[in-house]
Amino acid sequence: MTYEIVALYAVSFCLIVGAVFTLVGAIGLLKFNDSMTRLHAPTKVGTIGVGALLLASIIYNGVFLDGAIQEMLIMGFLFVTAPISAHFIAKVNLLRRNCDTPPVLPEGELWATDTVPERDIIVGSQSTPVEKPGSQPAE
Amino acid sequence: MTLATEIMDYCVLIAFVVVALCQIMAMTRVIKGPHTGDRILALDTMVINAIGLIVLMGLSQGIRIYFEVSLIIAMLGFLSTVAYARFVLRGDIIE
Repeated sequence: MTYEIVALYAVSFCLIVGAVFTLVGAIGLLKFNDSMTRLHAPTKVGTIGVGALLLASIIYNGVFLDGAIQEMLIMGFLFVTAPISAHFIAKVNLLRRNCDTPPVLPEGELWATDTVPERDIIVGSQSTPVEKPGSQPAE
Repeated sequence: MTLATEIMDYCVLIAFVVVALCQIMAMTRVIKGPHTGDRILALDTMVINAIGLIVLMGLSQGIRIYFEVSLIIAMLGFLSTVAYARFVLRGDIIE
């Protein structure tokens, strides 16, 4: 009996932790004032926020119902894919120059977002903000 | 037993309210967001908050099918984020 009571308190604690981290991420998403800074906050929602909610569900289903495999699948999938989407959004910010200007590179080097294949390079557009990258059709 | 159950019910209620509030705040960023990257980021956050809401619903009602629903929504959210960012980056999704 005490085992189940401890499980219920653990579920409550995980729910509160998840709610607090989700709130922190949403406030950061609203209040920060730069695109790259805003990218920092919602990663808490993706890892600890939803992770704690899923952990609460794992504990509850493991103690009171039969097993929990889908929660672990969701958790693994979210943890694997969160850096990839954050990387893509950071590349969008770098391409659109929404963040602070990146430092000047040495002669003859490019940022990773500017290394497009040869056939997509629009002449004279490498050092200026690119409006429509890849708008030329690939043959 | 009854005290612990009551505390857990209140915690589920608090988590519902907080995650729904965060969904509204992310929606504000979608509307306000000055750049495309902010909108993509806010939509990604909204998908993750929706996963949290569905998990809470499955926890409070005790129905197992909600977890498979949220697994599918996680995959769809990741794919749509990558597709949107790729469209902005390259002007095309599949080259």
